[in-house]
Amino acid sequence: MTDFPRWRVIMLYAILIFGVVMAIPSLLPEETRAKIPSFFPQETINLGLDLAGGSHILLEADPSQVAAVRLEAMEDSVRSAMKRADVDIERVSRNDGNLSFTVPNSSKVDAAREAILPITANAFGGRDWDFQVNDGNRIILEPTDASIDNSIQQAMETAKDVIDRRINELGTLEPNIILQGENRIVVQVPGLDDPEALKALIGKTAKLEFKLVDENADPDLTAQGKARVGSQVLPYPTNPSGVPFMAVRRIGGISGDNLTSASQSFDQETNQPVVSITFNSEGGQKFARMTQQNTGKLFAIILDKQIISAPVINEPILGGASQISGNFSIETANELAITLRSGALPVDLKIVEERSVGPDLGAESIRLGSIAAMIGTVSVLVFMVITYGRFGIYANGALIINVLLILGVMALFNATLTLPGIAGFVLTVGAAVDANVLINERIREERRRGRKIIQAIEVGYKEASRAIYDANITNVIAAVLLFAFGSGPVRGFAIVLMIGIVTSVFTAVVITRMWVTGWIKRNRPQELVI
Amino acid sequence: MKLLKLVPDNTNIPFLKVRVVTFIVSILIMAASIGAVLTQGLNFGVDFIGGQMIQATISDVEQAPVEEIRTKVNSLGYGEPTIQRFGEPNQISIRMKLPEGAEDEPELANEMATSIVNKLKEDYPNTVIDGVDSVSGKVSSELFSTGVTALLAAMFAIALYIWVRFEWQFGVGALFALMHDVVLTFGLFAVTQLEFNLNIIAALLTIIGYSLNDTIVVYDRIRENLKKYRKMDMPALLDLSVNETLARTVMTSITILVPLVILMIFGPKVIFGFAAAMAFGVLIGTYSSVYMAAPILIWLKVGPDSFIPVDDGKSQEDKMKEGYGAVV
Repeated sequence: MTDFPRWRVIMLYAILIFGVVMAIPSLLPEETRAKIPSFFPQETINLGLDLAGGSHILLEADPSQVAAVRLEAMEDSVRSAMKRADVDIERVSRNDGNLSFTVPNSSKVDAAREAILPITANAFGGRDWDFQVNDGNRIILEPTDASIDNSIQQAMETAKDVIDRRINELGTLEPNIILQGENRIVVQVPGLDDPEALKALIGKTAKLEFKLVDENADPDLTAQGKARVGSQVLPYPTNPSGVPFMAVRRIGGISGDNLTSASQSFDQETNQPVVSITFNSEGGQKFARMTQQNTGKLFAIILDKQIISAPVINEPILGGASQISGNFSIETANELAITLRSGALPVDLKIVEERSVGPDLGAESIRLGSIAAMIGTVSVLVFMVITYGRFGIYANGALIINVLLILGVMALFNATLTLPGIAGFVLTVGAAVDANVLINERIREERRRGRKIIQAIEVGYKEASRAIYDANITNVIAAVLLFAFGSGPVRGFAIVLMIGIVTSVFTAVVITRMWVTGWIKRNRPQELVI
Repeated sequence: MKLLKLVPDNTNIPFLKVRVVTFIVSILIMAASIGAVLTQGLNFGVDFIGGQMIQATISDVEQAPVEEIRTKVNSLGYGEPTIQRFGEPNQISIRMKLPEGAEDEPELANEMATSIVNKLKEDYPNTVIDGVDSVSGKVSSELFSTGVTALLAAMFAIALYIWVRFEWQFGVGALFALMHDVVLTFGLFAVTQLEFNLNIIAALLTIIGYSLNDTIVVYDRIRENLKKYRKMDMPALLDLSVNETLARTVMTSITILVPLVILMIFGPKVIFGFAAAMAFGVLIGTYSSVYMAAPILIWLKVGPDSFIPVDDGKSQEDKMKEGYGAVV
């Protein structure tokens, strides 16, 4: 009982001081916090969206779309590789995730195989695509599972970066963007309670293409949405002719991936809002070539598979700078400029969950929650003293330290406090004293049975500890599962619960024992009031 | 100084005398709870059934005109809204099913939210929008299944732990007591029609955790007494254990209940349901530790021999017949 070595006392106090110091910044108001000297810890507890107000958006990509886009790109590579190798191919088809084509001239099958090898290998010397030859001249390319997973992962990471750039364009927001699972992205923006602008920004793929208009298309067929061979019909909602479709040529266009800048400006003649774009040198050359070869013809500016305008190429555009006209307002032109600047999303993202919380509700919750937490804590403190006297004061000391430790540990890990988290906090206060109740009741019991003071305390701590540990371990089990399966605010609750369990066992069992031991050593009490 | 003692020393209340009656009553209440859930259903929030929830405060009125708003929202043509007051009397939540096709076209859900919000702001200019939640069917069914998984996993993981630390009968008893608490809480939500959302799953898991606190304290004492008083018969021993831990049970229930009740009264109204569920759970959790967890040990034949190496009493001959293969 009396063996409580000095090094242990020092260590315990060191932990306590560290925890309390960590808790301080979170307790101070904003202005005071700014004046904290830099050697002092600055970490604070994050407020969850339900308390701080803000938006939470869960986006989901369709993995099969990533695979389809990849297949499409493979078709292009195969076609150009075969052109270079001078191999004619026909009956190209994309089916069930495979790409297949026929080499009619059987003597060229080996040449085709040679040409395919480099474009189906990956950077690590392995294969991204398996290929086989059926019936002597039908070549089938099938992506490996690993390469599909890999490309989905890459697409998601790119998408995350693109979203990050787009939101940063909105200004001072501090978004929290995380990948979730294999095909989801969580976007959380504290302080933004009207997410309309945000959604307009991240909801657009922003894939820009320039294609030649098929000026020989049959207008009747086009109006029905049908295209002739070599063309495709795309929606054109703002078509001045009134027909909401237009036919464009499949080949001979360029994509808008190679932009170096995009900004909203005004057309010098019409004074309409437009988006000015600049290509990099590669894109600029392609654009120059296309405009040179097709001067006088119409070309379509296509955004996300929808035509936004179809101007005439008046003269070759050689400098790599151009402008996109359309039916823009200043806002929509600006939005488009932002999305073009930040790059196209490699995959469509759908909003599958959206939550926004106004700032007032959160502030009110914090205020009421803190008041309730304080009243709750104070009543427990009072109750403990009138029930256990000196031992109640020890338990209270442990409880107060426990509260500070929870805050400190949460700040240390930058944990997020949510509304259920406040409830978890209140509950922890009630439950934390349970350990001391168990110990103190046991000491009372042992005294009743006639044990001497020191013995009673020793047995009290020892016998009570067993149940305390068992009970807390089961609670940790529940909290871990809560964290594993929960989401958002519920996770915040689980974190408070877990931290609270660990710190409460520490303070309620270890710290109070240190104090009780010290008191016994100093005073050698003859009577135990408990 | 005279200290407060809520429970007098050395009580000897025959708690388990009525064990058969309380057990039957408990089973009946559990059945009634299940019945209530089946007939009334739970008032699921958008977390679990998908859809859209708009929370708004109409700041210049005492009471939000729920019926009037219902008619107005209904007239927008998106279908029948579920409108409830939450928190203050002028705070409402409007819940809508997501419009047809919204799974593929999130724009549609957006449009619906915008037009409802605009309608509200137009007719009640001092409306403050407190939040908009929109959850697709896919995500909500995932949230639901992970929530249920979390509950079941927690119950079985805890039962397993108790089995390892005590004996299998204790694991069964604890699991049964937990089921009792969870089923009754579900029943409470079916009867009161309080909104059942993700937070309530958190409350349920916490109830499980703390109901178990009690059960473990009682079980720990039973285990101790089983080793100490090897001649005492089971009902008497259980009564002794419950009485010995009674002071702690009362004290702890109060220290947990007081903050929770304060949270219910003074806390933010949005977590009223949450705090109420937990307070209810603490109460029934305390009850179930005494009247569900303990008597099961009698019926599962726990005795003083449960904690010493077991000699199953079978003769050598019997074991041979059963194929133990001992060489005589």
